[in-house]
Amino acid sequence: MAQHTLSVLVENSPGVLARVAGLFARRGYNIDSLAVGPTENPTVSRMTIVLNLEGHALDQVSAQLFKLVNVIGIQEMKSGESYQRELLFVKVKKSNGNEAKIAEIASRFNGRVIDDGSSTVTIEAVGMPKDLEALLSQLKEFGLRELVQSGVIAIESGDVTLAERTLTETGVASSESHSQTEDYQN
Amino acid sequence: MGEQITGAQSLVKSLELVGVEVMFGIPGGAILPAYDPIFDSKIRHILVRHEQGAGHAATGYAQVTGKVGVCIATSGPGATNLVTPLADAQMDSVPIVAITGQVPGPAIGTDAFQEADIRGVTMPITKHNYLITNPDDIPRAIAEAFYIAGSGRPGPVLVDIAKDALQRMTEFKYPQSVSLLGYKPQTEPDSQSIRDAAALIAQSKKPVFYVGGGVIKANASAELIKLAELVGAPVVTTLMARGAFPDSHAQNLGMPGMHGTVAAVTSLQKADLLITLGARFDDRVTGKLSSFAVNAKVIHADIDPAEIGKNRYADVAIIGDLKESIRALIPAVDAELKKSKPDLETWWRQMNSLRSTYPLGYNEPDDGSVSPQYVIERIGAITGPDAIYVAGVGQHQMWASQFIKYEKPRTWLNSGGLGTMGYAVPAAMGAKVGAPKTPVWAIDGDGCFQMTNQELVTCSLNNIPIKVAIINNESLGMVRQWQSLFYQGRYSNTDLHSKRVPDFAKLAEAMGCVGLRCESKGDVDRIIKEANAINDAPVVVDFNVHRDAMVWPMVAAGTSNDEILIAREMAPDWDSQEL
Repeated sequence: MAQHTLSVLVENSPGVLARVAGLFARRGYNIDSLAVGPTENPTVSRMTIVLNLEGHALDQVSAQLFKLVNVIGIQEMKSGESYQRELLFVKVKKSNGNEAKIAEIASRFNGRVIDDGSSTVTIEAVGMPKDLEALLSQLKEFGLRELVQSGVIAIESGDVTLAERTLTETGVASSESHSQTEDYQN
Repeated sequence: MGEQITGAQSLVKSLELVGVEVMFGIPGGAILPAYDPIFDSKIRHILVRHEQGAGHAATGYAQVTGKVGVCIATSGPGATNLVTPLADAQMDSVPIVAITGQVPGPAIGTDAFQEADIRGVTMPITKHNYLITNPDDIPRAIAEAFYIAGSGRPGPVLVDIAKDALQRMTEFKYPQSVSLLGYKPQTEPDSQSIRDAAALIAQSKKPVFYVGGGVIKANASAELIKLAELVGAPVVTTLMARGAFPDSHAQNLGMPGMHGTVAAVTSLQKADLLITLGARFDDRVTGKLSSFAVNAKVIHADIDPAEIGKNRYADVAIIGDLKESIRALIPAVDAELKKSKPDLETWWRQMNSLRSTYPLGYNEPDDGSVSPQYVIERIGAITGPDAIYVAGVGQHQMWASQFIKYEKPRTWLNSGGLGTMGYAVPAAMGAKVGAPKTPVWAIDGDGCFQMTNQELVTCSLNNIPIKVAIINNESLGMVRQWQSLFYQGRYSNTDLHSKRVPDFAKLAEAMGCVGLRCESKGDVDRIIKEANAINDAPVVVDFNVHRDAMVWPMVAAGTSNDEILIAREMAPDWDSQEL
């Protein structure tokens, strides 16, 4: 089993999230994280889906996703060829004047204190999932009161854009690579 | 500003423009505005007795004509009654469009009277669906729905329209063309995959054509015959592909799968190459997947990329319209075979030996009662291969697939994927509407018939003279067969008592049909001929048959195809076969 990150361009139409979520549920695919948001094109939204799958199953997921009429394009975001980030908020318990220590740990992971309450300190951090995991493991000893994570979003390195790959006139990816997983065009 | 019309008028105008000739449906509150312009339309509307019947009729019509079938219903229960036929059409890739009324836009989400989220309900069982709340969107939705349903891998599309969108005024603008960003089916096969496939075919010593329903959907039977004769390999036609390749052709080994012929099942098991055309490695064909055709390489040609590698790894994938793919394969294979042509003689000797040793057959019952296989065989033999045969689901379905000889595509209709009992009568109705000059026989079971027979009223009143053979073994026969084989003959809730109640002949008469009964073997031919001679009314024949007949051969669910049995506890004598 390995973690894979898929970026999926979808038409910004009602029900599209339900279609994608329903597909994952009925075919028994587990989602580690899912983030949805607008893109540079107001008619298109972008989903970033992190999955734990075998290679073969990833081909099936991509192919089944691509059958959805509202799905425009799919691209796997590979580590080394993409930037992947997640946003995290966490409320950490305050005691015995440990605020400075908490802030110091946060800053080591490019995090910062955004709220200093009477019993908790709220940290904001952005990073790769493994860095955020490391941050959390260090904060754990103070006691975590509340944790929110956004799910991973990802973008390819270099000049290429996912829209260029998938929104070309013919519907055929402009990238030379044509493996089933990388860019599924029907 | 252009001419203003209602959303309902816009809907009917769009349906006319997209070429709809007939639709099956029932009106109700939310769809009522649409029924007013339907009253004036040239589109024939057939008023059915249950929405499920409308859905299966649309399917039967689509399967016979190759056009998109249409059904229409109101919101809530009208729409939910379409769920089974939509799921059925999705599993068997049948192009239908369902139009449903929805409660008015402002009432959506309030649990209004007859409200059901039919778009949500049908998301997993349609190819695509729409909820329309703005009348301006109706023409585009209809144009897109028909395009999506009929192109690529066909399937059902539902268009749910809010009542106020049907009532409000709109300027009618029908789209010049349909272009969907996320839906562009690849019809042209990739030339490299064609070359790779041709090379594999030319190396194979034990090739088999594994032919699925996609060949019929793609109207590729003529191309298939050419390619099959060029290669000279055995051909097996799945339940969905009966008729795609003539049964009378010397290369046809029959149907593979759970109730397939020994030769067809064994050909797949022993092959070194499966030339898979429009088939999907369904569990009913493969048996236990890990032991299916273990020595075979796979060429998989399909229009749906998601079928490639879903159940079985494909060594060569050909994505495209099957007609074009097979057309491209013919010259490529021809060129390869001219370089070197493998000798298939040993392979054919093995298959012919299986074919002659283990033909399909059945035993006559000891008690003098009529065997169901005989009845079905005679209907096919007397009515001939130009007729259309429509089966329900169960033993009679398997026998109709085994003992009627199919020579042409679109003459055999059944519910293969979903296995919908009750499919036959309404689907036969739709088939007859699509092919009014062709005799249409529904081969139904007494269990199936009692699920949807009310559509015979529709047939009587609308001059749709189908013929129905009830293969009456007074039980849920296939379930009973499994109880005989796997539950020690404990017949829990499979006895229907349907030789006593209902009286099918009287029931038929009450619905305006001719009702006949056949209780002895000597009467079978005469009564079939009598039924065939009646063309001004639907005919129902209650064939009383032996209740303990079983479907053989059989590969028990979850077991390997190698464990095929030709009768109870009787495997083929493999030692005497040179394999």
